[in-house]
Amino acid sequence: MADLLNQALAEGSILVRAQASNWEHALELAGSALEQSNRATNEYTKAMVAAFEELGPYMVIAPGIALAHARPSEAVLSTGLSLVTLSEPVPFGNTANDPVSLVIGLSAVDHDSHIELMAALSEFLMDVMKVNMLLQAENVEQVRTLLR
Amino acid sequence: MGIGTSVLLKMNAEKVLGMLGIQATVQAADIAKAKVEGPTADIILTTPELVYQLEKMPGKIIAIDHVFDLVEIREKLTAALS
Repeated sequence: MADLLNQALAEGSILVRAQASNWEHALELAGSALEQSNRATNEYTKAMVAAFEELGPYMVIAPGIALAHARPSEAVLSTGLSLVTLSEPVPFGNTANDPVSLVIGLSAVDHDSHIELMAALSEFLMDVMKVNMLLQAENVEQVRTLLR
Repeated sequence: MGIGTSVLLKMNAEKVLGMLGIQATVQAADIAKAKVEGPTADIILTTPELVYQLEKMPGKIIAIDHVFDLVEIREKLTAALS
């Protein structure tokens, strides 16, 4: 399979063992990583936080894993991902899946061009052992090797 | 249309339906779309935090805690279909 995940994670999009004081800070880290890698503007980060405030912690899709995103808009520059591992897990207010140790940021220019990417992401996140190794990773290179 | 959670849930629901040999059309939808098109669905899969947004739909609502847990999706879908 093509290395879709690493391609989607442009330079500057991976933060390893970051510290976040709360869910909002954690989402801002994932958003800033999308900004750093030229996937989206700061407006998109704000939209992700607003989506969380409006709809609640539904973004926590599996134990310890949040998928942060907002709707496609002009704030999205290109389709891609960011990935943030947290040194200390942060509660997001999700009954089943708190606390969160891994935040994946997603920017999508439209509704269908990222479907293959989502399939690759799903396949990776289903592998509990790999996800655990990802959380233990100490640098960006280790993360990229696991995603390959 | 949804782009994140709903897309992942759709993919995994389709896998489970395939394993069960059930033919179905699965659509990914964000809340706005679900409120418009939800009434035509036999079953709505969502996450627990969004159930309150989808009340009053005629179809069954299934809340999935863990979007990557095919066993959970299979058990809850099977129960809803029986």
